[in-house]
Amino acid sequence: MPEQTLRHAALSERRVLALAPARRRLIILILLAAGWEACARWYDNSLLLPSFTQTISALLAAILNGELPSRTGASLEVLLVGYAIGILLAVVITAVAALSRWGESFLVLLTSMFNPLPAIALLPIALLWFGVGSASLIFVVVHAVLWPLTLSCHAGFRAVPQTLRMAGRNLGLSGSRYVFDILFPAALPSILSGLRLGWAFAWRTLIAAEMVFGASAASGGIGWYIFVNRAQLETANVFAGLLAVILIGLLVEALVFSTLSRLTVQRWGQEA
Amino acid sequence: MTPGSRSAGDRLTAQLAVSGVTLRYAAESGPVTAVDNVSFTIGKGERLVLLGPSGCGKSSLLRAVGGFLRPVSGEIRLDDAAVTGPGPDRMMVFQEFDQLLPWRTVAGNVEFALRRARHLSAAEARTVARDWIGRVGLSKFATAFPHTLSGGMKQRVAIARAFAVQPAILLMDEPFAALDALSRGRMQDELLALCQETGATTLFVTHAIDEALHVGTRILVLSANPGRVAAEYGVPEAAADRGAAQLAKLQADIQAVIFAGHGPMDDRDIAHA
Repeated sequence: MPEQTLRHAALSERRVLALAPARRRLIILILLAAGWEACARWYDNSLLLPSFTQTISALLAAILNGELPSRTGASLEVLLVGYAIGILLAVVITAVAALSRWGESFLVLLTSMFNPLPAIALLPIALLWFGVGSASLIFVVVHAVLWPLTLSCHAGFRAVPQTLRMAGRNLGLSGSRYVFDILFPAALPSILSGLRLGWAFAWRTLIAAEMVFGASAASGGIGWYIFVNRAQLETANVFAGLLAVILIGLLVEALVFSTLSRLTVQRWGQEA
Repeated sequence: MTPGSRSAGDRLTAQLAVSGVTLRYAAESGPVTAVDNVSFTIGKGERLVLLGPSGCGKSSLLRAVGGFLRPVSGEIRLDDAAVTGPGPDRMMVFQEFDQLLPWRTVAGNVEFALRRARHLSAAEARTVARDWIGRVGLSKFATAFPHTLSGGMKQRVAIARAFAVQPAILLMDEPFAALDALSRGRMQDELLALCQETGATTLFVTHAIDEALHVGTRILVLSANPGRVAAEYGVPEAAADRGAAQLAKLQADIQAVIFAGHGPMDDRDIAHA
Protein backbone atom coordinates (compact mmCIF):
# COMPACT_ATOMS: atom_id res chain seq x y z
CA MET A 1 0.00 0.00 0.00
CA PRO A 2 1.58 3.29 -1.08
CA GLU A 3 0.05 5.34 1.70
CA GLN A 4 1.55 3.09 4.32
CA THR A 5 5.03 3.16 2.81
CA LEU A 6 4.79 6.93 2.65
CA ARG A 7 4.00 7.12 6.32
CA HIS A 8 6.77 4.67 7.00
CA ALA A 9 9.26 6.84 5.15
CA ALA A 10 8.15 9.94 7.04
CA LEU A 11 8.52 8.12 10.32
CA SER A 12 12.03 6.85 9.67
CA GLU A 13 13.11 10.28 8.46
CA ARG A 14 11.95 11.81 11.71
CA ARG A 15 13.71 9.10 13.65
CA VAL A 16 17.11 10.20 12.32
CA LEU A 17 16.69 13.61 13.94
CA ALA A 18 14.99 12.27 17.05
CA LEU A 19 17.94 10.48 18.64
CA ALA A 20 17.90 9.16 22.17
CA PRO A 21 18.57 12.00 24.65
CA ALA A 22 21.87 10.43 25.73
CA ARG A 23 23.16 10.46 22.15
CA ARG A 24 21.99 14.00 21.60
CA ARG A 25 23.90 15.05 24.70
CA LEU A 26 27.01 13.24 23.54
CA ILE A 27 26.91 15.06 20.19
CA ILE A 28 26.54 18.42 21.96
CA LEU A 29 29.51 17.52 24.18
CA ILE A 30 31.66 16.69 21.15
CA LEU A 31 30.69 19.97 19.48
CA LEU A 32 31.56 21.91 22.61
CA ALA A 33 34.96 20.21 22.87
CA ALA A 34 35.64 20.90 19.20
CA GLY A 35 34.70 24.56 19.66
CA TRP A 36 37.00 24.81 22.66
CA GLU A 37 39.85 23.21 20.75
CA ALA A 38 39.37 25.60 17.81
CA CYS A 39 39.23 28.69 20.06
CA ALA A 40 42.36 27.66 21.96
CA ARG A 41 44.32 26.99 18.79
CA TRP A 42 43.28 30.29 17.28
CA TYR A 43 44.11 32.20 20.47
CA ASP A 44 47.33 30.25 20.85
CA ASN A 45 48.20 31.08 24.48
CA SER A 46 48.22 27.98 26.63
CA LEU A 47 48.95 30.06 29.72
CA LEU A 48 45.53 31.67 29.48
CA LEU A 49 43.55 29.08 27.56
CA PRO A 50 44.95 25.58 27.17
CA SER A 51 43.35 23.55 24.40
CA PHE A 52 41.02 20.63 24.95
CA THR A 53 43.71 18.11 24.01
CA GLN A 54 46.25 19.75 26.33
CA THR A 55 43.70 19.64 29.16
CA ILE A 56 42.93 16.00 28.51
CA SER A 57 46.57 15.02 28.51
CA ALA A 58 47.11 17.02 31.72
CA LEU A 59 44.12 15.23 33.22
CA LEU A 60 45.44 11.81 32.20
CA ALA A 61 48.89 12.63 33.56
CA ALA A 62 47.44 13.82 36.87
CA ILE A 63 45.34 10.70 37.14
CA LEU A 64 48.24 8.40 36.29
CA ASN A 65 50.66 9.99 38.74
CA GLY A 66 48.05 9.54 41.44
CA GLU A 67 47.79 13.15 42.47
CA LEU A 68 44.29 13.84 41.15
CA PRO A 69 42.77 10.59 42.49
CA SER A 70 44.12 11.28 45.98
CA ARG A 71 42.93 14.92 45.83
CA THR A 72 39.53 13.77 44.61
CA GLY A 73 39.38 11.16 47.33
CA ALA A 74 40.10 13.78 49.98
CA SER A 75 37.38 16.04 48.61
CA LEU A 76 34.82 13.26 48.28
CA GLU A 77 35.45 12.09 51.82
CA VAL A 78 34.65 15.52 53.26
CA LEU A 79 31.77 15.91 50.85
CA LEU A 80 30.11 12.60 51.76
CA VAL A 81 30.46 13.17 55.50
CA GLY A 82 28.98 16.66 55.20
CA TYR A 83 26.25 15.45 52.86
CA ALA A 84 25.25 12.64 55.21
CA ILE A 85 25.13 14.92 58.26
CA GLY A 86 23.13 17.47 56.25
CA ILE A 87 20.58 14.83 55.19
CA LEU A 88 20.24 13.55 58.74
CA LEU A 89 19.63 17.03 60.14
CA ALA A 90 17.17 17.86 57.34
CA VAL A 91 15.18 14.69 58.07
CA VAL A 92 15.02 15.50 61.78
CA ILE A 93 14.01 19.13 61.23
CA THR A 94 11.30 18.35 58.65
CA ALA A 95 9.94 15.46 60.71
CA VAL A 96 9.63 17.72 63.75
CA ALA A 97 8.08 20.43 61.57
CA ALA A 98 5.50 17.98 60.25
CA LEU A 99 4.40 17.08 63.75
CA SER A 100 4.34 20.41 65.54
CA ARG A 101 3.43 23.97 64.71
CA TRP A 102 6.42 25.29 66.65
CA GLY A 103 8.61 22.97 64.65
CA GLU A 104 7.15 24.25 61.42
CA SER A 105 7.65 27.89 62.40
CA PHE A 106 11.21 27.04 63.39
CA LEU A 107 11.82 25.45 59.99
CA VAL A 108 10.26 28.28 58.00
CA LEU A 109 12.20 30.92 59.91
CA LEU A 110 15.54 29.12 59.78
CA THR A 111 15.32 28.25 56.09
CA SER A 112 14.39 31.80 55.17
CA MET A 113 17.34 33.06 57.24
CA PHE A 114 20.01 30.60 56.15
CA ASN A 115 19.02 29.47 52.67
CA PRO A 116 19.98 32.78 51.02
CA LEU A 117 23.22 32.94 53.01
CA PRO A 118 26.11 31.49 50.94
CA ALA A 119 27.63 28.65 52.91
CA ILE A 120 31.13 29.88 52.06
CA ALA A 121 30.40 33.07 54.01
CA LEU A 122 30.43 30.94 57.16
CA LEU A 123 33.96 29.72 56.51
CA PRO A 124 35.65 32.46 58.60
CA ILE A 125 33.49 31.51 61.57
CA ALA A 126 34.08 27.82 60.94
CA LEU A 127 37.84 28.44 60.90
CA LEU A 128 37.51 30.33 64.15
CA TRP A 129 35.52 27.55 65.81
CA PHE A 130 37.02 24.41 64.32
CA GLY A 131 40.42 25.59 63.10
CA VAL A 132 42.00 24.75 59.76
CA GLY A 133 41.04 21.22 58.82
CA SER A 134 38.28 19.02 57.57
CA ALA A 135 35.94 19.88 60.48
CA SER A 136 35.59 23.42 59.11
CA LEU A 137 34.98 22.10 55.61
CA ILE A 138 32.35 19.68 56.85
CA PHE A 139 30.66 22.50 58.73
CA VAL A 140 30.21 24.62 55.60
CA VAL A 141 29.20 21.60 53.47
CA VAL A 142 26.50 20.68 56.00
CA HIS A 143 25.25 24.22 55.82
CA ALA A 144 25.21 24.08 52.01
CA VAL A 145 23.16 20.86 51.98
CA LEU A 146 20.89 21.33 54.95
CA TRP A 147 18.77 24.35 53.98
CA PRO A 148 17.91 23.62 50.36
CA LEU A 149 17.15 20.00 51.28
CA THR A 150 15.00 21.02 54.24
CA LEU A 151 13.11 23.42 52.01
CA SER A 152 12.45 20.72 49.38
CA CYS A 153 11.36 18.15 51.97
CA HIS A 154 9.02 20.63 53.56
CA ALA A 155 7.53 21.66 50.20
CA GLY A 156 7.13 17.96 49.36
CA PHE A 157 5.32 17.30 52.66
CA ARG A 158 2.93 20.15 52.05
CA ALA A 159 2.13 18.84 48.58
CA VAL A 160 1.03 15.41 49.85
CA PRO A 161 -2.63 15.02 48.78
CA GLN A 162 -5.21 15.39 51.51
CA THR A 163 -6.78 12.03 50.64
CA LEU A 164 -3.48 10.22 51.11
CA ARG A 165 -2.98 11.92 54.48
CA MET A 166 -6.46 10.89 55.57
CA ALA A 167 -5.90 7.33 54.32
CA GLY A 168 -2.77 7.17 56.46
CA ARG A 169 -4.40 8.56 59.58
CA ASN A 170 -7.40 6.29 58.97
CA LEU A 171 -5.06 3.34 59.55
CA GLY A 172 -4.26 4.80 62.94
CA LEU A 173 -0.87 6.18 61.96
CA SER A 174 0.38 9.13 63.95
CA GLY A 175 3.64 10.69 65.07
CA SER A 176 6.83 9.38 63.50
CA ARG A 177 4.99 6.38 62.01
CA TYR A 178 2.83 8.76 60.01
CA VAL A 179 5.82 10.87 58.96
CA PHE A 180 8.00 7.95 57.84
CA ASP A 181 5.27 5.65 56.46
CA ILE A 182 3.28 8.29 54.59
CA LEU A 183 4.86 11.73 54.31
CA PHE A 184 8.45 10.87 53.39
CA PRO A 185 7.65 8.35 50.63
CA ALA A 186 4.86 10.57 49.29
CA ALA A 187 7.22 13.55 49.20
CA LEU A 188 10.04 11.60 47.57
CA PRO A 189 9.91 13.42 44.21
CA SER A 190 10.60 16.73 45.97
CA ILE A 191 13.12 15.15 48.28
CA LEU A 192 15.04 13.70 45.34
CA SER A 193 15.28 17.08 43.66
CA GLY A 194 16.37 18.52 47.01
CA LEU A 195 19.09 15.87 47.22
CA ARG A 196 20.31 16.79 43.72
CA LEU A 197 20.31 20.47 44.60
CA GLY A 198 22.06 19.78 47.88
CA TRP A 199 24.73 17.71 46.13
CA ALA A 200 25.46 20.54 43.67
CA PHE A 201 25.57 23.13 46.46
CA ALA A 202 27.86 20.91 48.51
CA TRP A 203 30.33 20.55 45.64
CA ARG A 204 30.42 24.27 44.94
CA THR A 205 30.90 25.16 48.56
CA LEU A 206 33.56 22.55 49.12
CA ILE A 207 35.68 23.55 46.11
CA ALA A 208 35.43 27.20 47.10
CA ALA A 209 36.31 26.46 50.72
CA GLU A 210 39.29 24.30 49.77
CA MET A 211 40.75 27.18 47.78
CA VAL A 212 40.95 29.24 50.94
CA PHE A 213 42.99 26.61 52.73
CA GLY A 214 46.71 26.94 52.63
CA ALA A 215 47.96 25.08 55.62
CA SER A 216 46.74 21.53 55.13
CA ALA A 217 47.93 21.50 51.54
CA ALA A 218 49.35 18.00 51.79
CA SER A 219 45.89 16.57 52.29
CA GLY A 220 43.98 19.22 50.34
CA GLY A 221 41.25 18.35 47.89
CA ILE A 222 40.51 19.28 44.28
CA GLY A 223 39.90 22.93 45.16
CA TRP A 224 43.35 23.18 46.59
CA TYR A 225 44.79 21.36 43.57
CA ILE A 226 43.19 23.95 41.26
CA PHE A 227 44.38 26.83 43.42
CA VAL A 228 47.98 25.66 43.63
CA ASN A 229 48.24 25.00 39.91
CA ARG A 230 46.90 28.45 39.16
CA ALA A 231 49.58 29.94 41.38
CA GLN A 232 52.20 27.93 39.51
CA LEU A 233 50.68 28.94 36.15
CA GLU A 234 50.06 25.29 35.26
CA THR A 235 46.87 26.36 33.52
CA ALA A 236 46.27 23.01 31.83
CA ASN A 237 46.21 21.40 35.29
CA VAL A 238 43.71 24.02 36.49
CA PHE A 239 41.47 23.07 33.61
CA ALA A 240 42.05 19.39 34.32
CA GLY A 241 40.92 19.96 37.91
CA LEU A 242 37.78 21.75 36.74
CA LEU A 243 37.10 18.96 34.26
CA ALA A 244 37.44 16.41 37.04
CA VAL A 245 34.80 18.26 39.10
CA ILE A 246 32.47 18.32 36.11
CA LEU A 247 33.03 14.63 35.32
CA ILE A 248 32.31 13.59 38.89
CA GLY A 249 29.12 15.65 38.77
CA LEU A 250 27.98 13.92 35.58
CA LEU A 251 28.92 10.51 36.95
CA VAL A 252 27.01 10.98 40.20
CA GLU A 253 23.96 12.24 38.30
CA ALA A 254 24.03 9.31 35.88
CA LEU A 255 24.87 6.58 38.38
CA VAL A 256 23.29 7.67 41.65
CA PHE A 257 20.46 10.11 41.14
CA SER A 258 18.95 8.79 37.94
CA THR A 259 19.16 5.22 39.26
CA LEU A 260 17.52 6.31 42.49
CA SER A 261 14.76 8.06 40.61
CA ARG A 262 14.25 5.14 38.22
CA LEU A 263 13.91 2.69 41.11
CA THR A 264 11.51 4.87 43.04
CA VAL A 265 9.43 7.77 41.76
CA GLN A 266 9.48 6.73 38.10
CA ARG A 267 8.50 3.19 38.99
CA TRP A 268 5.68 4.46 41.18
CA GLY A 269 4.39 6.89 38.57
CA GLN A 270 5.01 9.77 40.95
CA GLU A 271 7.15 11.84 38.64
CA ALA A 272 5.24 14.56 36.86
CA MET B 1 -32.65 -8.81 56.27
CA THR B 2 -30.38 -10.99 58.33
CA PRO B 3 -27.32 -9.05 59.31
CA GLY B 4 -24.05 -10.89 58.91
CA SER B 5 -24.70 -14.38 57.63
CA ARG B 6 -20.89 -14.76 57.61
CA SER B 7 -19.83 -12.08 60.05
CA ALA B 8 -16.65 -12.49 62.03
CA GLY B 9 -17.70 -11.91 65.61
CA ASP B 10 -18.30 -8.25 66.29
CA ARG B 11 -16.11 -7.17 63.41
CA LEU B 12 -17.84 -5.22 60.68
CA THR B 13 -21.08 -5.22 62.66
CA ALA B 14 -21.12 -2.31 65.04
CA GLN B 15 -23.82 0.17 65.93
CA LEU B 16 -23.31 3.81 65.25
CA ALA B 17 -25.20 6.60 66.98
CA VAL B 18 -24.98 10.17 65.75
CA SER B 19 -26.87 12.51 68.04
CA GLY B 20 -27.46 16.22 67.52
CA VAL B 21 -24.29 16.72 65.52
CA THR B 22 -23.53 20.21 64.21
CA LEU B 23 -20.48 20.77 62.04
CA ARG B 24 -19.03 24.16 61.30
CA TYR B 25 -16.25 25.29 58.96
CA ALA B 26 -14.12 28.39 59.26
CA ALA B 27 -14.55 30.12 55.90
CA GLU B 28 -13.10 33.48 54.87
CA SER B 29 -16.44 35.17 55.40
CA GLY B 30 -16.77 33.63 58.87
CA PRO B 31 -17.98 30.32 60.28
CA VAL B 32 -20.25 28.32 57.94
CA THR B 33 -22.59 25.69 59.33
CA ALA B 34 -22.27 22.62 57.13
CA VAL B 35 -24.45 20.27 59.14
CA ASP B 36 -27.07 21.41 61.62
CA ASN B 37 -28.29 19.20 64.47
CA VAL B 38 -28.37 15.87 62.64
CA SER B 39 -29.20 12.65 64.44
CA PHE B 40 -29.41 9.09 63.21
CA THR B 41 -28.44 5.59 64.21
CA ILE B 42 -27.19 2.64 62.21
CA GLY B 43 -27.96 -0.82 63.49
CA LYS B 44 -25.83 -3.92 63.11
CA GLY B 45 -25.48 -4.95 59.49
CA GLU B 46 -27.45 -1.99 58.22
CA ARG B 47 -26.35 0.02 55.20
CA LEU B 48 -27.38 3.61 55.71
CA VAL B 49 -27.06 5.97 52.78
CA LEU B 50 -26.63 9.70 53.29
CA LEU B 51 -28.21 11.17 50.17
CA GLY B 52 -28.37 14.79 49.15
CA PRO B 53 -27.30 17.53 46.78
CA SER B 54 -23.82 19.00 46.98
CA GLY B 55 -23.54 21.35 49.94
CA CYS B 56 -25.78 19.27 52.18
CA GLY B 57 -22.79 18.33 54.32
CA LYS B 58 -23.06 14.59 53.72
CA SER B 59 -19.31 14.18 53.18
CA SER B 60 -18.57 16.36 56.22
CA LEU B 61 -20.84 14.15 58.27
CA LEU B 62 -18.98 11.07 57.04
CA ARG B 63 -15.65 12.69 57.86
CA ALA B 64 -16.92 13.50 61.34
CA VAL B 65 -17.80 9.83 61.83
CA GLY B 66 -14.32 9.01 60.49
CA GLY B 67 -12.89 11.24 63.22
CA PHE B 68 -11.40 13.80 60.86
CA LEU B 69 -13.82 16.57 61.83
CA ARG B 70 -14.82 17.46 65.38
CA PRO B 71 -18.49 18.38 65.85
CA VAL B 72 -19.08 21.78 67.50
CA SER B 73 -21.98 20.16 69.31
CA GLY B 74 -23.52 16.73 69.55
CA GLU B 75 -21.85 13.37 69.82
CA ILE B 76 -20.89 10.38 67.71
CA ARG B 77 -20.69 7.02 69.42
CA LEU B 78 -19.57 3.74 67.94
CA ASP B 79 -20.65 0.72 69.98
CA ASP B 80 -21.09 3.11 72.93
CA ALA B 81 -17.56 4.53 72.70
CA ALA B 82 -17.25 8.19 71.75
CA VAL B 83 -15.46 8.88 68.47
CA THR B 84 -12.53 11.22 69.15
CA GLY B 85 -10.20 10.77 66.18
CA PRO B 86 -9.49 8.71 63.09
CA GLY B 87 -8.91 4.98 63.52
CA PRO B 88 -9.00 1.68 61.65
CA ASP B 89 -12.25 0.66 63.34
CA ARG B 90 -13.88 3.03 60.82
CA MET B 91 -12.24 2.32 57.48
CA MET B 92 -12.97 4.89 54.81
CA VAL B 93 -13.10 4.47 51.05
CA PHE B 94 -12.69 7.83 49.37
CA GLN B 95 -13.87 9.06 46.01
CA GLU B 96 -10.37 10.16 45.00
CA PHE B 97 -8.10 7.62 43.35
CA ASP B 98 -5.01 8.88 45.21
CA GLN B 99 -6.07 7.17 48.44
CA LEU B 100 -3.68 4.30 47.65
CA LEU B 101 0.01 4.56 48.49
CA PRO B 102 1.65 4.93 45.06
CA TRP B 103 4.93 3.43 46.28
CA ARG B 104 3.31 0.14 47.25
CA THR B 105 1.88 -2.52 44.97
CA VAL B 106 -1.76 -3.63 45.12
CA ALA B 107 -0.80 -6.41 47.54
CA GLY B 108 1.57 -4.03 49.33
CA ASN B 109 -1.19 -1.54 49.98
CA VAL B 110 -3.49 -4.13 51.53
CA GLU B 111 -0.67 -5.79 53.48
CA PHE B 112 0.53 -2.45 54.83
CA ALA B 113 -2.96 -1.67 56.12
CA LEU B 114 -3.20 -5.09 57.75
CA ARG B 115 0.19 -4.76 59.42
CA ARG B 116 -0.41 -1.26 60.73
CA ALA B 117 -4.10 -1.46 61.60
CA ARG B 118 -4.46 -5.09 62.67
CA HIS B 119 -0.82 -5.60 63.64
CA LEU B 120 -0.57 -8.83 61.67
CA SER B 121 2.79 -10.43 60.94
CA ALA B 122 4.13 -10.14 57.41
CA ALA B 123 3.13 -13.73 56.61
CA GLU B 124 -0.40 -13.37 58.02
CA ALA B 125 -0.87 -10.07 56.21
CA ARG B 126 0.19 -11.69 52.94
CA THR B 127 -2.38 -14.46 53.31
CA VAL B 128 -5.27 -12.18 54.25
CA ALA B 129 -4.35 -9.65 51.56
CA ARG B 130 -4.21 -12.35 48.88
CA ASP B 131 -7.68 -13.51 49.88
CA TRP B 132 -9.21 -10.04 49.69
CA ILE B 133 -7.47 -9.10 46.47
CA GLY B 134 -8.92 -12.27 44.99
CA ARG B 135 -12.39 -11.39 46.24
CA VAL B 136 -12.33 -8.08 44.37
CA GLY B 137 -11.01 -9.88 41.28
CA LEU B 138 -7.53 -8.40 41.17
CA SER B 139 -5.36 -11.48 41.78
CA LYS B 140 -3.58 -10.97 38.47
CA PHE B 141 -2.67 -7.42 39.47
CA ALA B 142 -1.36 -8.11 42.97
CA THR B 143 2.15 -6.99 42.06
CA ALA B 144 1.09 -3.97 39.97
CA PHE B 145 1.68 -0.42 41.16
CA PRO B 146 -1.46 1.72 41.53
CA HIS B 147 -0.58 4.16 38.74
CA THR B 148 -0.84 1.32 36.22
CA LEU B 149 -4.44 0.53 37.22
CA SER B 150 -7.72 1.97 35.96
CA GLY B 151 -9.91 4.07 38.24
CA GLY B 152 -12.26 1.17 38.91
CA MET B 153 -9.41 -1.14 39.80
CA LYS B 154 -7.96 1.43 42.21
CA GLN B 155 -11.34 1.67 43.95
CA ARG B 156 -11.44 -2.13 44.15
CA VAL B 157 -8.07 -2.09 45.93
CA ALA B 158 -9.34 0.55 48.35
CA ILE B 159 -12.44 -1.55 49.02
CA ALA B 160 -10.37 -4.70 49.53
CA ARG B 161 -8.12 -2.77 51.92
CA ALA B 162 -11.11 -1.47 53.88
CA PHE B 163 -12.76 -4.89 54.22
CA ALA B 164 -9.49 -6.67 55.00
CA VAL B 165 -8.86 -4.45 58.02
CA GLN B 166 -12.24 -5.63 59.41
CA PRO B 167 -13.43 -2.31 60.76
CA ALA B 168 -16.45 -1.99 63.01
CA ILE B 169 -18.10 0.05 60.28
CA LEU B 170 -17.30 0.87 56.65
CA LEU B 171 -17.43 4.51 55.58
CA MET B 172 -17.87 5.10 51.86
CA ASP B 173 -17.49 8.63 50.53
CA GLU B 174 -18.97 8.54 47.01
CA PRO B 175 -16.52 5.77 46.09
CA PHE B 176 -17.88 5.34 42.56
CA ALA B 177 -18.62 8.97 41.66
CA ALA B 178 -15.49 9.34 39.52
CA LEU B 179 -16.12 6.14 37.54
CA ASP B 180 -17.86 5.73 34.20
CA ALA B 181 -21.49 4.56 34.32
CA LEU B 182 -20.69 1.00 33.27
CA SER B 183 -18.05 0.31 35.90
CA ARG B 184 -20.11 2.19 38.47
CA GLY B 185 -23.00 -0.26 38.06
CA ARG B 186 -20.72 -3.26 38.26
CA MET B 187 -18.88 -1.92 41.30
CA GLN B 188 -22.20 -1.28 43.08
CA ASP B 189 -23.17 -4.90 42.53
CA GLU B 190 -19.83 -6.16 43.75
CA LEU B 191 -19.85 -3.96 46.82
CA LEU B 192 -23.38 -5.04 47.64
CA ALA B 193 -22.36 -8.69 47.38
CA LEU B 194 -19.39 -8.15 49.70
CA CYS B 195 -21.53 -6.25 52.22
CA GLN B 196 -24.20 -8.94 52.23
CA GLU B 197 -21.59 -11.67 52.52
CA THR B 198 -19.84 -10.06 55.49
CA GLY B 199 -22.89 -8.39 57.02
CA ALA B 200 -20.88 -5.21 57.26
CA THR B 201 -22.39 -2.16 58.90
CA THR B 202 -21.95 0.54 56.29
CA LEU B 203 -22.40 4.28 56.01
CA PHE B 204 -22.50 5.29 52.36
CA VAL B 205 -22.53 8.82 50.98
CA THR B 206 -23.82 9.60 47.50
CA HIS B 207 -25.74 12.16 45.48
CA ALA B 208 -27.20 9.55 43.11
CA ILE B 209 -30.67 8.32 43.99
CA ASP B 210 -30.38 5.09 41.99
CA GLU B 211 -27.12 4.27 43.76
CA ALA B 212 -28.69 4.96 47.15
CA LEU B 213 -31.60 2.66 46.37
CA HIS B 214 -29.30 -0.02 45.08
CA VAL B 215 -26.72 -0.24 47.86
CA GLY B 216 -28.67 0.96 50.90
CA THR B 217 -31.04 -0.68 53.35
CA ARG B 218 -32.10 2.73 54.61
CA ILE B 219 -31.77 6.21 53.12
CA LEU B 220 -31.41 9.50 54.94
CA VAL B 221 -32.15 12.44 52.64
CA LEU B 222 -30.35 15.64 53.64
CA SER B 223 -31.32 19.15 52.59
CA ALA B 224 -28.65 21.69 51.78
CA ASN B 225 -27.29 24.86 53.43
CA PRO B 226 -27.10 23.86 56.18
CA GLY B 227 -27.43 20.08 56.05
CA ARG B 228 -30.48 18.83 57.90
CA VAL B 229 -32.40 15.57 57.76
CA ALA B 230 -35.23 16.09 55.26
CA ALA B 231 -36.65 12.59 55.10
CA GLU B 232 -35.91 8.98 55.85
CA TYR B 233 -36.80 5.92 53.80
CA GLY B 234 -36.47 2.21 54.25
CA VAL B 235 -35.44 0.40 51.11
CA PRO B 236 -37.35 -2.79 50.32
CA GLU B 237 -35.24 -5.89 49.86
CA ALA B 238 -36.19 -6.05 46.18
CA ALA B 239 -34.23 -2.84 45.54
CA ALA B 240 -31.11 -4.85 44.90
CA ASP B 241 -32.77 -5.99 41.67
CA ARG B 242 -32.61 -2.90 39.53
CA GLY B 243 -35.85 -1.66 38.08
CA ALA B 244 -38.21 -3.36 40.55
CA ALA B 245 -41.60 -1.76 40.13
CA GLN B 246 -42.01 -0.42 43.63
CA LEU B 247 -38.73 1.46 43.28
CA ALA B 248 -40.09 3.90 40.73
CA LYS B 249 -42.43 5.47 43.29
CA LEU B 250 -39.73 5.58 45.96
CA GLN B 251 -37.34 7.20 43.52
CA ALA B 252 -39.95 9.82 42.61
CA ASP B 253 -40.62 10.51 46.30
CA ILE B 254 -36.94 11.04 47.06
CA GLN B 255 -36.47 13.20 44.00
CA ALA B 256 -39.35 15.37 45.14
CA VAL B 257 -37.81 15.81 48.58
CA ILE B 258 -34.44 16.73 47.15
CA PHE B 259 -35.80 19.22 44.65
CA ALA B 260 -38.27 20.77 47.07
CA GLY B 261 -35.71 20.93 49.85
CA HIS B 262 -38.51 20.32 52.36
CA GLY B 263 -41.49 18.05 53.13
CA PRO B 264 -41.88 14.47 51.98
CA MET B 265 -44.51 14.61 49.21
CA ASP B 266 -45.58 17.35 46.85
CA ASP B 267 -47.65 16.56 43.76
CA ARG B 268 -46.46 19.55 41.73
CA ASP B 269 -42.82 18.59 42.18
CA ILE B 270 -43.44 15.04 41.08
CA ALA B 271 -45.18 16.35 37.97
CA HIS B 272 -42.07 18.38 37.17
CA ALA B 273 -39.72 15.52 37.91
